[in-house]
Amino acid sequence: MAETNTRTAGVIDTAPPLTTMAVLAPAIGWLIPGAGHFIQRRWIRGLLLMSSVVILFVLGVLMDGKVYEFNTGDLLDMLGFVGDLGAGALYIVTRAMDWGKGAIQLASADYGTKYIITAGLLNIISAVDAYDIAIGKKQ
Amino acid sequence: MIFAVAATITLSHFSAAAIYALFASIVFGITQRNTQKEMIRYALYCFTLFVLGTIAAGWVMWLLRH
Repeated sequence: MAETNTRTAGVIDTAPPLTTMAVLAPAIGWLIPGAGHFIQRRWIRGLLLMSSVVILFVLGVLMDGKVYEFNTGDLLDMLGFVGDLGAGALYIVTRAMDWGKGAIQLASADYGTKYIITAGLLNIISAVDAYDIAIGKKQ
Repeated sequence: MIFAVAATITLSHFSAAAIYALFASIVFGITQRNTQKEMIRYALYCFTLFVLGTIAAGWVMWLLRH
């Protein structure tokens, strides 16, 4: 028992500090692509991330790609929804406007669907990157 | 529907893959490396692999077809 306590006391706490920026940066970065970097004054990175995610997403919608809504059906449809949701405000606006119905008769529409999902997933990676910068893990 | 999407874009298979590769590589470069030089190099590396992979996959499909 005494040995266990000693070991516990010897453990160094390596959890990152929970600062306001560590919460805000990924949340805002998810909602508005690149904004998590903007609020930390990473202007060029933020602009490049925003451009990449927004252009991919908009091209996907213009290619008649499908925007998934919440569903409990096919597994791939559920994963598609999770990917799309990663785009934050872009997804919310697209759903509100009722865009992204998907034209299954077009080959390019299938590319569009993948563009939209990828934009969401890339935005999640960007938000995680903003968090890493906020906790000092990355410059 | 409040606003209809005005235009539909149709891209060729290769241009669609190339555009995808470009933007995915930019995000990979920025998020997966620490210094600016490393970011650029990694983005170029990813883009090259994406494009070469597309060309290789195209030739494999051509061989399967013939």
